[in-house]
Amino acid sequence: MKLFKSLAVGVALAVGLSGAALAQDKLKVGFIYVGPVGDLGWSYEHDQGRKALVEALGDKVETSYVESVPEGADAERVMTQMALSGHKLIFTTSFGYMDPTLNVAAKFPDVKFEHATGYKRADNVSTYSARFYEGRTVIGHIAGHMTKTNTIGYIASFPIPEVVRGINSAYLAAKAVNPEVKFKVIWVFTWFDPGKEADAANALIEQGADVIMQHTDSPAAMTIAEEKGIYAFGQASDMMQFGPNARLSSIIDNWGPYYIARAKAVLDGTWVSTDTWDGIAPGMVGIGKFSDKIPADVQASAQALADGIAAGTTHSFTGPIKKQDGSDWLAAGETADDGTLAGMSFYVEGIEGDLPK
Amino acid sequence: MDLSTINPVALIASLMVASTPILLAAIGELVVEKAGVLNLGVEGMMITGAIFGFAISVETQNPWLGLIAAMAGGAIMSLIFGILTQYFLSNQVATGLALTLFGLGFSALVGHSYTGIKPPSFPRLDVQVLTDIPYLGPILLNHDYMVYISLLIVALVWFFLTFTRAGLVLRSVGENHAAAHALGYKVVRIRLLAIMFGGACAGLGGAYLSLIRVPQWTEGMTAGSGWIALALVVFASWKPWRIILGAYLFGGVTILQLNLQAVGVNIPVAYLSMAPYVVTIVVLVIISSDRKRVSINAPASLGRVFHASN
Repeated sequence: MKLFKSLAVGVALAVGLSGAALAQDKLKVGFIYVGPVGDLGWSYEHDQGRKALVEALGDKVETSYVESVPEGADAERVMTQMALSGHKLIFTTSFGYMDPTLNVAAKFPDVKFEHATGYKRADNVSTYSARFYEGRTVIGHIAGHMTKTNTIGYIASFPIPEVVRGINSAYLAAKAVNPEVKFKVIWVFTWFDPGKEADAANALIEQGADVIMQHTDSPAAMTIAEEKGIYAFGQASDMMQFGPNARLSSIIDNWGPYYIARAKAVLDGTWVSTDTWDGIAPGMVGIGKFSDKIPADVQASAQALADGIAAGTTHSFTGPIKKQDGSDWLAAGETADDGTLAGMSFYVEGIEGDLPK
Repeated sequence: MDLSTINPVALIASLMVASTPILLAAIGELVVEKAGVLNLGVEGMMITGAIFGFAISVETQNPWLGLIAAMAGGAIMSLIFGILTQYFLSNQVATGLALTLFGLGFSALVGHSYTGIKPPSFPRLDVQVLTDIPYLGPILLNHDYMVYISLLIVALVWFFLTFTRAGLVLRSVGENHAAAHALGYKVVRIRLLAIMFGGACAGLGGAYLSLIRVPQWTEGMTAGSGWIALALVVFASWKPWRIILGAYLFGGVTILQLNLQAVGVNIPVAYLSMAPYVVTIVVLVIISSDRKRVSINAPASLGRVFHASN
């Protein structure tokens, strides 16, 4: 199986890169995706970013990508191929590419690497990620207002800090506008399994949830929400087409501006290794259009919240906040520091159930 | 935690929906293996059925035509496998794996323009008076037609294999293809028909996923259910009725663990997540613990290459 996959990757690489060898003066930019570009979620949005880069810089750049690259040894091979074939800037867009990126980068000091969602850097390796939790604050606010049963269902993937952070920020925002609100969290232990995601959505609805949030990649939950006549939010992509009535808003990953800025930096010779963690303000996290189903005053307050976060006057995690076990975390008015957020592995007070280890 | 909020009626109703795709794929694979062929391409045939069924349903706005297209799609895929393994005598394991990879890629190509479209909704059995019977009504009488059709297919397969002459011939081909050949049965032709039946069932299972259970098209949406169907055939020790037991057990524990999580039961989630696999394996191992009987059930020529010269 693995062998076939590597073969397939090799063939894709050969086909994808063969046309690229002609124009040497262009900056060649490579992208490595963990899923298919047609997942309408995570990898799809990275590819939208690549397209934005092509559109913005035109014939100054030449891009190529390889999709569905397994995390691990295959990723290292693909990166090496890209570096050997003259790519000077390579984006590796999944957490599991972290060590392969570092390994390959050490062998090609004149090639710039950009690794998404990781935390290890080098002179020629930058990291970048988005503050998705800021978006979750906004949709949590909407969810708190829109729920009639005071029960919000949350389909979670893996218990990693990024997902835990999302649950906490959404819960705090919902609780702030609706003290009665309860979160029911189901861990499905997969990023992508439409059947299981749909089953989880049904189980949550069965348990009284009338608004569903998700941190998984497929639009299955949105489809079920539409069918059952409840509300949901788009994840990574807008997902409007899957739930014209169910979709309240969405969190949209927008990588385009970052990719353009980084490619320009390489062209100017100003590229340096950095750590970027951008949110709503620079537009890396987009909030999808509000549905008409949301009352005007809630739309206004949600917009104000988003504006406040963008302006830096509001923070998703502002004290007083206690941890689930009742111990103090943030004092009144205190905001969370990035270090704690980056490694968050606890629920805030009020969320029921145990966080899987 | 309040377990009383789990509604057993709704639980049973949704477990039947969750189990139907693997039930269909597994009963098809059972017939294939009974004929002595191991087709590991179930996942690839399922996903092909999922996109064929979805595309034709959307184009014609008729879900029944979609299901027929899904069966045809799965059968055509399996025919590729059949011709390669039966006429060109290729290795069944490698060909089956290749079929899965091909199916996943091919469906992604065909399905490119079908993401984000809503398929026509599927009719449900709704016998007014009967559906209102408390408990029994919603459990037994208020599903989409495919749930009943899947059970009917299992019953027909059981009847066919146990009581008909053709079924006996098919089993004999699976047990000892040389002897069957010596008796004048067309081994290759019988196996091809079995393989196509398996492909059609897998395609139907895939279409159930994309048309009824989720209903949408997303690349790779079968997400490994073909492999579970393959395992079910072995654990059910090649007995049709046990396929129902295994599929509903697996689907049931999956649905149950999701509901238990939603209720907030105090069991570590990791245990809940592995429960479907563990429970299904344990139960089926127990009921098939008599080694002698299992070796009788396993087709003796399973996976072996047949050529008329030997």
